[in-house]
Amino acid sequence: MSVKLGVPSKGRLMDKTFDWFEKRGIRLSRTGSDREYSGAVDGIDGISLVLLSAGEIPRELAAGRIHLGVTGTDLVHEKLPRWEQQVEEIAPLGFGQADLILAVPSCWADVDTLDDLDAAAAAFRARHGFRVRIATKYHRLVRDFLTDAGVADYQLVDSQGATEGTVKNETAEAIADITSTGETLRANHLKLLSDGLVLRSQATLWRSRGAACDAGEKQALAALLKRVDG
Amino acid sequence: MPQRARILERAAKLRGYFEQAGARPVETPVLQPAETLLDLYGEDIRARAYVTSDAVRGEQMLRPDFTVPVVQMHMAHGAEPARYTYSGEVFRRQEHDPDRDNEYIQVGYEVFDRTDPAAADAEVFTLIAKALSGLHLRATTGDIGLLLAAVTGLETTAARKAALMRHIWRPRRFRALLERYSGRSPVPPARAALLAASDPMAGAGPVIGLRSRAEVLARIEALRADAAAPPISEREISALETLLAVRETLPFALEHLRDVAVDLPQITPALDRLEARITALAARGVDVDNLEFEASYGRTSMEYYDGFVFGFYAAARADLPPVATGGRYDALTRALGDGGEIPAVGGVLRPGLMLTLEEARA
Repeated sequence: MSVKLGVPSKGRLMDKTFDWFEKRGIRLSRTGSDREYSGAVDGIDGISLVLLSAGEIPRELAAGRIHLGVTGTDLVHEKLPRWEQQVEEIAPLGFGQADLILAVPSCWADVDTLDDLDAAAAAFRARHGFRVRIATKYHRLVRDFLTDAGVADYQLVDSQGATEGTVKNETAEAIADITSTGETLRANHLKLLSDGLVLRSQATLWRSRGAACDAGEKQALAALLKRVDG
Repeated sequence: MPQRARILERAAKLRGYFEQAGARPVETPVLQPAETLLDLYGEDIRARAYVTSDAVRGEQMLRPDFTVPVVQMHMAHGAEPARYTYSGEVFRRQEHDPDRDNEYIQVGYEVFDRTDPAAADAEVFTLIAKALSGLHLRATTGDIGLLLAAVTGLETTAARKAALMRHIWRPRRFRALLERYSGRSPVPPARAALLAASDPMAGAGPVIGLRSRAEVLARIEALRADAAAPPISEREISALETLLAVRETLPFALEHLRDVAVDLPQITPALDRLEARITALAARGVDVDNLEFEASYGRTSMEYYDGFVFGFYAAARADLPPVATGGRYDALTRALGDGGEIPAVGGVLRPGLMLTLEEARA
């Protein structure tokens, strides 16, 4: 058997991952047609490429079905409770930077910090009869962050896309989402809270703590780790 | 881990014991409407309770405890006074601590009685202590009512007191608010700029979303009023800090708190209640001279206790959660009572943990 390396199956994340390994003398490539998710590895022995959706990589690592995987810090932290015990961070790859942030409408001139958000949420609930809605798909990360900050009287509403539009559409009062530049925020009349950075994320190479290795796989893994460390 | 059959057998025995003490056995559904619990505890409850849903009833939670449904049942059609007992599973997510059980049996005893709250407190505590005797547990007591009284009586604005009350159960946020209201922590630069601005809405962009311009302006007004209010005095702050740090056996704690009441006279009625409770506990044979009192106890648990609080712990097994906990929750009956309210106190035991400890000793 061989060491399984999980890599995002398409787009910029896949291309940049391929580039990153190429620089370390390991050539990853997709084989067959563009629709077929199989890949090849050259330049090192005993490694096989598994192409997966970036969102599934944390789960596959935790289950030990892949030994190594490339995916964002945000996804690992959101999807794996006590992630430190399930995966080990091998190397940040220096791309795919994105911050998970909390943003409110720019017209909330009175709100700049989490402390303000908490106070505004109390007044909002008294006035509107329900808790301030924060649209996000990162439920665990955002809830842990707000619990830690002692923010009350909010509720998380699920938003799997176009999250910045939810405030204007009045399905949420605030948002927590990934942003790389902040332009989308400004275009949607939203602003960052000054202490509203939930998580700094980038594409990262992870190792599963639960994946079993036979002697051959151990050797291949050690060889690969040596290459990516250097 | 003791066998489930043995846990159920012990649970039935404990329930019988509470029935002997005059409680009526009650059952509550496992599925609870999520809305009630979310309104009470906020989004934090989702980290502790399992949520499920269907297309008709919407979100429901696997009951994280019995207190809320028992209070609802009593407030809807209970006769007074009332004593209830129950036993059954509760469900708690344990994502931060997978070694803890996410499903376990609780047996509880709840008293709804207006006549003599101190006697009711003592009744619940001693019944539970007796059920646990032989396990050599360490008991801790506290009283959230002291802190509530202290905050209510502070010489400061109603808005500040409301903000502090809202965060009694979030000690860190509570402390941050105190620091600000006492002038110990500086005004954040963005806040100072906002207050100094002649037109705070300049450059704020178009108004989007449900929170209106009027609401934003109202809060800015409130911030201005707060900035103009004098800080909470050093005398009150340090008395409050002394109060929160009290941790000794009951008689010494009472004496110490009477000293604190010189600077915080508003806690005197709550101290009289504490004293009445000590007398009631002693009358029931509790060794109050050696019973611990911790003024901050119960502030980080589920936020419905507002008076007497207690817990029983296995001193040698710090890894285990408390074997029994309880307290007074008058405000919860108000929140769920639809206009009604009644003084209420209760506690729960975990027969599974009792058996674990007994097996370890055997």
